[in-house]
Amino acid sequence: MADLSSEFLGIKSPNPFWLASAPPTDKAYNVNRAFEAGWGGAVWKTLGEDPPIVNVNGPRYSALHSNERRVVGFNNIELITDRPLQVNLDEIRQIKKDWPDRALVVSVMLHMEDKVWAKYVPMIEDTGADAFELNFGCPHGMSERGMGAAVGQVPEYIQMATEWCKKCASIPVIVKLTPNVTNILPPAAAARDGGADGVSLINTVNSIMRVNYDTLTMYPTTDGRGSHGGYCGEAVKPIALHMVAEISRNRDTADIPISGIGGITDWRDAVDFLALGASNVQVCTAAMVYGFKIIDDLTDGLSNFLDAKGMSSVDQLVGKAVPSVTDWQHLNLNYVEKAVIDQDLCIKCGRCHIVCEDTSHQAITSTINGERKFEVIDEECVGCNLCASVCPVDSCITMHQVTDGIDARTGQPISREVLDWTSHPNNPMRKES
Amino acid sequence: MPEDKNAAVRSQRLSAEEIAANFSDMHPPLGRSEALIESDRCYFCFDAPCTTACPTGIDIPGFIQKIRSDNINGSAKTILRENIMGGMCARVCPTEVLCELACVRNTHEDKPVNIGLLQRYATDPILDNDIELFERGEDTGKCVAIVGGGPAGLSCAHRLAMLGHSAVIFNRDPKPGGLNEYGIAAYKTVNNFAQREVEYILSIGGIEVRNGVSLGEDFTLAELHKEFDAVFLSFGLGSVNDLGITDEHVDGVLNAVDYIAELRQAKDRGELPVADRIVVIGGGMTAIDIAVQTKRLGAEHVDIVYRRGPEHMGASAYEQQFAQISGVRIHHWAKPRKLLVDNQIAGVEFEKTKLDGDGKVSGTGKAFSLDADIVFKAIGQTLSDKALAAAGGDLDLKQGKIATDENRKTSLPGVWAGGDCIYGHDDLTVSAVQDGKIAAIDIDQHLREERNNG
Repeated sequence: MADLSSEFLGIKSPNPFWLASAPPTDKAYNVNRAFEAGWGGAVWKTLGEDPPIVNVNGPRYSALHSNERRVVGFNNIELITDRPLQVNLDEIRQIKKDWPDRALVVSVMLHMEDKVWAKYVPMIEDTGADAFELNFGCPHGMSERGMGAAVGQVPEYIQMATEWCKKCASIPVIVKLTPNVTNILPPAAAARDGGADGVSLINTVNSIMRVNYDTLTMYPTTDGRGSHGGYCGEAVKPIALHMVAEISRNRDTADIPISGIGGITDWRDAVDFLALGASNVQVCTAAMVYGFKIIDDLTDGLSNFLDAKGMSSVDQLVGKAVPSVTDWQHLNLNYVEKAVIDQDLCIKCGRCHIVCEDTSHQAITSTINGERKFEVIDEECVGCNLCASVCPVDSCITMHQVTDGIDARTGQPISREVLDWTSHPNNPMRKES
Repeated sequence: MPEDKNAAVRSQRLSAEEIAANFSDMHPPLGRSEALIESDRCYFCFDAPCTTACPTGIDIPGFIQKIRSDNINGSAKTILRENIMGGMCARVCPTEVLCELACVRNTHEDKPVNIGLLQRYATDPILDNDIELFERGEDTGKCVAIVGGGPAGLSCAHRLAMLGHSAVIFNRDPKPGGLNEYGIAAYKTVNNFAQREVEYILSIGGIEVRNGVSLGEDFTLAELHKEFDAVFLSFGLGSVNDLGITDEHVDGVLNAVDYIAELRQAKDRGELPVADRIVVIGGGMTAIDIAVQTKRLGAEHVDIVYRRGPEHMGASAYEQQFAQISGVRIHHWAKPRKLLVDNQIAGVEFEKTKLDGDGKVSGTGKAFSLDADIVFKAIGQTLSDKALAAAGGDLDLKQGKIATDENRKTSLPGVWAGGDCIYGHDDLTVSAVQDGKIAAIDIDQHLREERNNG
């Protein structure tokens, strides 16, 4: 059995799954239940200054559903904790006392004033919490007041606030980044430059879920009007993975420890984040959709996966896939793949044919000798993976590398030499080799 | 006269509540959640095999996709523009041997998309809320005579109306609808659905229905030919086949189709006489419908006897199973040899059968008999001689049915035919609807050419 125990910035937890700072971690009652269920840690819902903020008394959430009403995307407009600071501090202290083996991190969001940080940071640290997480990510509500994503979108502000926090804190400081930026690297570097011990990402993405088709207002609304929220859940995972991978593979930021967040629903999602450079992961939406019990599959699945890979600890997985991420210009343009349809598995739905025919390269037949049959035409196939992506049958269409002979499409011999865009003859800016 | 409570043939065997439960909707409709989940199972196939398998060529993935997006009127129109009786067909089509057999999900997981119930989900609200999806075309001044008010005739009339022609339906029965109204097991089409569908079809306008008139008694084909711009024959099959054994006209030997019709029209189903022991001879849908319905009226023993194997039965495997789980016994490979009579019917002697070398059924000599208080004949129907005579001697026939070309045109100029009365028809409602539609389109073309040619 692989060892799932995890250490992030020196903070130990029995597994790498923490609950992210969000509604599930707003109260001792919930966090207790989470720890009873087996979660490795929790980031307490963001604390602010007294008096507490006020939340709307109507819809705070909305979902993007599949037809089976599976939640694939999730939107929220809830602000930070709306409970008095002292209530939260007392509960945090108690939870840490009751669960010494679990990671307990406190998320904070404070005004951009040095003295405010100087006042609140020591009060919070006094609870015995393991670390701070600075919420520079929430894109709704608080950002209008110059906090949350409003800070996270300006690297100078990130650095400034991180420095204020570090000045008063003796425990580690994690900076939670917003994805509502065009390039994640400057915010990550700014956090590091401000003294952050690590970063966590992503927070939620600016979003409006949809329109109400009866009233033709946005949906949902508070008394007829709505405001954009933060998008999360499975749908945002690819956005998060890209940002995590960017920080991991960029030389300047590669050393920053990362806590990965964004749509983690089952253990495979965790593998994605870990392999792309996150040292642990945080989960919110899946718990809000299914409850805390999902931790069973997260830990069990990850453990079995590590065993199958011959890995004895989570650390051995961290960053494994990072070297495979590169710029487009470095992709080998001499490499050739063709789709292959397994006729024994094919159910003859013809989706591969129609998408290729209508939207791609006309490389899949619909009939052969008058019979309904879907086969790849190598002479037309560019290996784009569209057919394999839309095929409803797992493993029916697979991509196979052509290693020698002639590429039936180009008529050119397959070259074993690596040729990328930087040296491609069609590139007017090519580097002469 | 009060009935003898121990008589072998008697009515009111079950309470009104039991009968109501036994004749309630066979496949209750899908709710919205069920429909959305089921619609999500459709793969939206290219050149969809289900559409190819549908006799009316409904764009099945198209209508299912519209269910998925809550575009119910659009979904219903996708169905009804190809098959105006899409509602009835959703109830009575043997989908398990048509669209659902072709569904690629069978290959993937052995469980097709439930196309029939989805079709019902899309079409029911149209009738329930009386939503007019089709308009009558600009009046051409042409009028077509339609003989027979069943699915083929109604479908033809509706399509003609869409194309701007008028139609007069000459209908033998007191009500239009044909076998939708007088055939088909009651639990397949509850709440007067057949008549509500007919009303919906007629609401397009331009269709006159004359009930209680029949070819050969009230008019001849020659008369229609003279009076109308075209004629469509869809009078079905009037006569029931004989068993081909002597003395078969005995008390207690009944035509299944007559009983089914009576049952469909009965205000109190309990009033129909039901026997302790019933034997049904035949292997098609009529055999299943009579067997299951009499069982559900309280018959103690119901046996179906068919002269070939299960795979040869006109009723699908699903329908056979349905009969069996309803408590009906099915005997294969036996043909009636002799009626056992004791004043009235007392039983049937059967001879076991087998296939001989050239695929014909022959007796093995081995016999068995079944007791019966009522015997139902359900071995198919033929064209009525009276109707044929009135159609005139010039109408080409093939194996006793009207011969048509692919456009449902008969050998007589200006005369088209469809439904059960034509050769090659598979006696399904859906195929009758297609006949009517194809004929109407051809009639329209013919009438327009005629007008253009002066």
